[in-house]
Amino acid sequence: MDINSLRSILTVVAFAVFIAIVWWAYSGQNKAAFDEAARLPFDGEDEGTGYGERK
Amino acid sequence: MGAGGLPQEKPFTDRSETRMEDTKTYNYTVVRQFALMTVVWGIVGMLVGVLIAAQLRWPELNFDIPWLSYGRLRPLHTNAVIFAFGGSALFATSYYVVQRTCHVRLFAGGLAAFTFWGWQAVIVLAAITLPLGITSGKEYGELEWPIDILITLVWVSYAVVFFGTIAKRKTPHIYVANWFFGAFILTVALLHLVESAAVPVTLWKSYSAYAGVQDAMVQWWYGHNAVGFFLTAGFLGMMYYFIPKQVGRPVYSYRLSVVHFWSLIFTYMWAGPHHLHYTALPDWAQSLGMVFSLILLAPSWGGMINGMMTMSGAWHKLRQDPILKFLVVSLSFYGMSTFEGPMMSIKTVNALSHYTDWTIGHVHSGALGWVGLVSMGSIYYLIPRLYGRSAMYSVPLINMHFWMATIGIVLYIAAMWIAGVMQGLMWRAVGTDGTLTYTFVESVKATYPFYTIRLLGGVLYLAGMLVMAYNVLRTIAGQTTVNAPIPAVAAAHA
Repeated sequence: MDINSLRSILTVVAFAVFIAIVWWAYSGQNKAAFDEAARLPFDGEDEGTGYGERK
Repeated sequence: MGAGGLPQEKPFTDRSETRMEDTKTYNYTVVRQFALMTVVWGIVGMLVGVLIAAQLRWPELNFDIPWLSYGRLRPLHTNAVIFAFGGSALFATSYYVVQRTCHVRLFAGGLAAFTFWGWQAVIVLAAITLPLGITSGKEYGELEWPIDILITLVWVSYAVVFFGTIAKRKTPHIYVANWFFGAFILTVALLHLVESAAVPVTLWKSYSAYAGVQDAMVQWWYGHNAVGFFLTAGFLGMMYYFIPKQVGRPVYSYRLSVVHFWSLIFTYMWAGPHHLHYTALPDWAQSLGMVFSLILLAPSWGGMINGMMTMSGAWHKLRQDPILKFLVVSLSFYGMSTFEGPMMSIKTVNALSHYTDWTIGHVHSGALGWVGLVSMGSIYYLIPRLYGRSAMYSVPLINMHFWMATIGIVLYIAAMWIAGVMQGLMWRAVGTDGTLTYTFVESVKATYPFYTIRLLGGVLYLAGMLVMAYNVLRTIAGQTTVNAPIPAVAAAHA
């Protein structure tokens, strides 16, 4: 097979993988896991109470 | 000015009993070292920038000393601000974020210390060799092969420390900031190895392993991905941690951040050829580079919108919080320069902009506006926390720094835009008989006023950095270092 066909196939495969990632990211079943991940920076004790967070 | 800040407070808690126990506290030592050196190298790199900006207006300022000539100091400036200032900020923030979002102490503390001292050695070697004229001549990769080998050792150690920490994490997820930091570390390793491939002839002289247009393509594959991964991906990691933290709410859309990450990864690698429009590079490669550069607008703006929307409902915080101003305005500059970049990659636009000062303006709206401001905001966030303070010594001084930096950037980029478009128009102007309307030196002469304005902007930006250094010194003076405790149990969410 011509190396250029291989390159074309790889490009199409990469595109398909990207579409799959978008689908995976926006599928409903991951909502809870993503929400949990988004809260990671807020776990644990903060070192200071920077004025940005001052109540 | 100090009286205007919040009252100085004692360290919020005494952790001396846990400080020695490695398993109970985060490793903040290396974070502190890199955070402080960020400020130091920022001043050095920007000072060299101001000097060469002045040289463009008054060439006598090289004093006829070879070591101070523009051609040798310009790479010193770019290396110092990108790799010394930006690099130190990236090391500091990535080490901080990866520990705190993985709930474990940094993996291989000794190796982490080596990355600090090794990276400082690289910077010092650069500061010696570049003014001596020792260079491989590849833009943003000028350092000669012995230093390249040291960089490789430091970078592999960095990867071991970072990914080792992720591997032993106590949290179920890898927070999105770590994905960006990880991509930055891996890609820069790859870029550095390919770009630095050379045949050494003496200790301080080597020749590129590539020739002709391949050499040019490798150079700009490296050069643009240095922008994409050193100056973008890593700093997006900062954005995804420090904006949510400073606002006090999670990122607007975690899903969007996942798509943002992968779309950036899939497209950035292909944008390099836009640096070689209308050269010996094949036309198809130029067009490919242009198309991928245009596509890049989508992930860039997706990320920017994600950061901006995190602010929704909390915009009032901008009024009191100058750290948030740094972070949010950095995102605005990110959005602006990632719009400008794709536009400049269009071949017809590039025909006007290429080789003019417009390019310099574009680079600095990204470098001063995005990379600089997001780093400064993040370091302002870190410093009090690393030294047991509740806030910086003076909040008004942070605000003052913010305005000095912002006005400096606006002066800089506006001057370079006008100068660039003017140069492009003058160079392409032809009379009815087809001869050039202007000589090159006429365009140089016409640029002088804009070089002066640019210098003024640069001086303001540097002065802001000096204000930051003063504020940091007063914040840490007399303070004991603090290493925050690691949460005992991994946080379990329902």
